[in-house]
Amino acid sequence: MASLDASGTARGAGAGDAIDAPGSGRAGGSRTPRRLRLPRQPMLRHLALAAAGAALCYLVTSLLSPYNDVLAGEIGLYVVALAGLSVLTGMSGQISLGHGAFMAVGAYTAALLANHTGLDLALQLLAAAGTAAVLGAVVGLPATRLRGPYLAGMTLLLALALPPIADRWNSLFGGDQGLVTTPPTAPGDLNAQQWLADIELWLAILTLVVVANLVRSRFGRAFRAVRDDEVAAALAGVHVARTKVIAFVVAAACGGLAGGLLGLTTGVVSTGEFPLTLSIQLLAAMVLGGAGSLVGAWWGAVLLVYLPEWSSSLAGDLQLGAGTSAYLATIIFGAVLIVAMIAAPGGIQGSLRLCWAYVGSRRGGAGTGDAVRGDAVGGDAVRSGAMAGGERPLQDRAPSSGGPAAPRGAAGSPGSAPNVQSNESSNSDG
Amino acid sequence: MLEVRELSVGYGPVTALHAVSFDALPGTITAVLGANGAGKTTLLRTLSGLVRARHGSARFAGDELLGRPVETIARAGVAHVPEGRGIIEELTVAENLELAALWRLGRRDRRAAIAATFETLPRLGTFRDRRASGLSGGERQMLAVGRALVTQPRLLLLDEPSLGLAPLVTAQLMAILADKTAGSEMVVVLVEQNARSALSVSTRAVVLDLGEVVADDESAAVAADVDLRRHYLGY
Amino acid sequence: MTLFVDYSLNGVAQGMIFAALALALVLIFRATRVVNFAQGAMAMMTTFGASTLLEHGVGYWWAFVAALAIGFVLGALVEVLLIRRLEGRSELNPVIVTIGLLVVLEGIAGAVYGNSSRGFPAAYSQTGLVIGHTTVDFSHFDVFVLVAVVVLMLANLVLFRATSLGLQMRASAYAREMSRLLGVRVGRLLTLGWALAGLAGALAGLLTAPTSSFSPYFMDLDLVYAFTAAVVGGLESPVGALVGGLVTGLCISYVGGYLGSGLEPLGALALLIIALMARPKGLFARPPARMV
Ligand SMILES: Nc1ncnc2c1ncn2[C@@H]1O[C@H](COP(=O)(O)OP(=O)(O)OP(=O)(O)O)[C@@H](O)[C@H]1O
Ligand SMILES: [Mg+2]
Repeated sequence: MASLDASGTARGAGAGDAIDAPGSGRAGGSRTPRRLRLPRQPMLRHLALAAAGAALCYLVTSLLSPYNDVLAGEIGLYVVALAGLSVLTGMSGQISLGHGAFMAVGAYTAALLANHTGLDLALQLLAAAGTAAVLGAVVGLPATRLRGPYLAGMTLLLALALPPIADRWNSLFGGDQGLVTTPPTAPGDLNAQQWLADIELWLAILTLVVVANLVRSRFGRAFRAVRDDEVAAALAGVHVARTKVIAFVVAAACGGLAGGLLGLTTGVVSTGEFPLTLSIQLLAAMVLGGAGSLVGAWWGAVLLVYLPEWSSSLAGDLQLGAGTSAYLATIIFGAVLIVAMIAAPGGIQGSLRLCWAYVGSRRGGAGTGDAVRGDAVGGDAVRSGAMAGGERPLQDRAPSSGGPAAPRGAAGSPGSAPNVQSNESSNSDG
Repeated sequence: MLEVRELSVGYGPVTALHAVSFDALPGTITAVLGANGAGKTTLLRTLSGLVRARHGSARFAGDELLGRPVETIARAGVAHVPEGRGIIEELTVAENLELAALWRLGRRDRRAAIAATFETLPRLGTFRDRRASGLSGGERQMLAVGRALVTQPRLLLLDEPSLGLAPLVTAQLMAILADKTAGSEMVVVLVEQNARSALSVSTRAVVLDLGEVVADDESAAVAADVDLRRHYLGY
Repeated sequence: MTLFVDYSLNGVAQGMIFAALALALVLIFRATRVVNFAQGAMAMMTTFGASTLLEHGVGYWWAFVAALAIGFVLGALVEVLLIRRLEGRSELNPVIVTIGLLVVLEGIAGAVYGNSSRGFPAAYSQTGLVIGHTTVDFSHFDVFVLVAVVVLMLANLVLFRATSLGLQMRASAYAREMSRLLGVRVGRLLTLGWALAGLAGALAGLLTAPTSSFSPYFMDLDLVYAFTAAVVGGLESPVGALVGGLVTGLCISYVGGYLGSGLEPLGALALLIIALMARPKGLFARPPARMV
């Protein structure tokens, strides 16, 4: 918390333009990197970046083939979902194995509204996010009293329990056949795939802007405080239960929006679209991208979309049967997840930051912008993820050894940063 | 005999012990004294294998202790009563004792040793089958010491056994310790904040300050050195 | 009324299986503070192993024992190769690693055995017993399930309460460092805990397979039901696992029977939330010494 306060006070002293490049302050002395990362109006900077990003997306999608447009659009919708999950798990420390359930709720909401009311697309998607958010609040309430594996188990059960409801009342939900959706009509002579991809990517960017501002607000600070130490957060005046529910609501809303978009992409909403594996893959992608990092959401989404593609071409190269190749992606996904958790809990984004920090420290400068954090230099411990735009990475290294009064006791604190290597010998097998 | 030579231990950038050397003789109590953070706990944890040393050696009865796994050291007869509550709260009093003796004594000897412990510490006997979580602070400390003695250790490491005990109980505890040590082959290293009572039962005393030995002498001599007492022992 | 009896009997039979799997979760949670979300997938693997042996003409009981042995070894391997490396890190890491293991195991099973469900033989007849003139929904096989799980529970009870190995396992679960100071080889005992859990899970898989669609995913639902059962029973206590298993089995049997099949997971979710709300303190508040 202390450092967050410090950055808060440094904000007023921030020099220069809203879009000031972080590296340009190199001459300003040792304190400058922190100051420059937080320009006076982050909102403005974000909006400018977002506008540029949106234009870039439009350019890219117009160059891509319709098939690749679909993939690009999927990346966009997964970014939306992963951003929410990142807030929930990476920032507020609550693990969810049931993110697919929120997507299902969003998808069915949007599809039902489209089929029965002919509501505007924007309103459909808003309703999708809203309904999922309500479910998020409902789930978040009991979740406020749970942590770690308990919450994981409960959300896992949620992911398994919701889809059968649609099968049970199949006259409303369309049963196995599902509900057919109509993609939005493209303006002018754009093709439908490109237009949908543009919408999805723009919504991804919009989501990121909203979430990035949220995590910089007092809510974001509350999320991290609760994640790092609930008791301390409560003592510092944070309303722990409310904070946890808000994190759930944000995550669920993102999931719902992503679900609505998924329905549009696949053209049909059925229970088969939301198996347990979807929830698991979302969590895996979020972790692999970098828990708590909004940039990591992009990495995760790319993985989700392209890993099946790559692995089926790999299976082709290896001349595996069609039956086997379908599972190759799953196996790779799981194996990478395990290895990453053991070797690089920071995920892609966390590892990249470490690399940059390493390169930066080799150059002997602390001024390589966002990549170098005071606490990332030296690479003594891989940290899990880092916030987009220069917030602190997951911070809680549980002390692995204390006095005997608290012997390795804090190992239960949430967050996914590994411990500092201490010389405490912990492997008990001689 | 315990021979500690040039022992250095650190935690990351922190140096907790720096070139510590001393001897502890069988049948005597060696007190290790010093202010908070002097490195006393670190010393004991290094001897029992919980913390790895950087340099130096610690030989007990000719065998090197450093570098061996905690369990092996324990099974060789090193009993460590750690700082604070070292008892296992979820087990009963009898189970705590049984567990300690498991790797030191055969089944029959175990039973006899446990019965003997209850004789020395009759209060514990009344709580035999009660969970250790129900014991008071003093009773816990009694159990911790009793549990160490039940293993008939060759090297006994005690980390502030008087912490939180009433003066009367502390005196009782020290008497039991002195009684068990005298005439035995046991080497006892007693870490204490309560320097006065530790010096009253110990033969030699080692005073640590910021990880370095500042005095290593007969207990009586340390107790008589007013400067040393004022400076490092606070009485 | 007969419906109620049938649902109850069915609930008991299912509940016993959940209890076995819940016992596996409890053994692991006690030893290493990890909920093993891959427990169901591990049981699936061992059952596929038994199935392969059966296809190669091995006798039923040999295959049965082999599956238990594979479960034992698999459990130990997972602890040594994966879980041990996560020691001292945040509690989210093992959750994610066991989830990764679940994905890998199901992927491997799918690649090797295909996605379609196969048959798995039952040790005894699966037609309902006839009591008086009515056939009840409880077969010879269900009796076997009941006996097998009761034997498992009793063996577990004896191990933990009456042997010095059990004493050491309990001690090392509660106070790792202190146990080591008393000469207990904690690392090996944690491995043993995982191995025993693997065995219990393998038993659950063998007992589930004949009555379910035996595919790579056939233990997914069982796992969440077992988790519910374990949490209802307190996640720490083997007896709790048995009670929780029965409660969960009955609950989902009634929900499935009276409210419609497909809603069982929702029933379990409700039960889980009620259990967690009713005694959240008892579930996750423990003296820090235990986290050693
Ligand atoms: N696990 C650890 N990690 C980092 N530093 C540690 C650790 N344990 C102890 N230290 C440091 O090592 C030094 C010596 O600590 P130690 O616990 O040995 O002191 P002590 O003499 O036992 O103090 P006290 O009388 O308060 O128990 C202290 O500066 C302490 O901060
Ligand atoms: Mg100390």
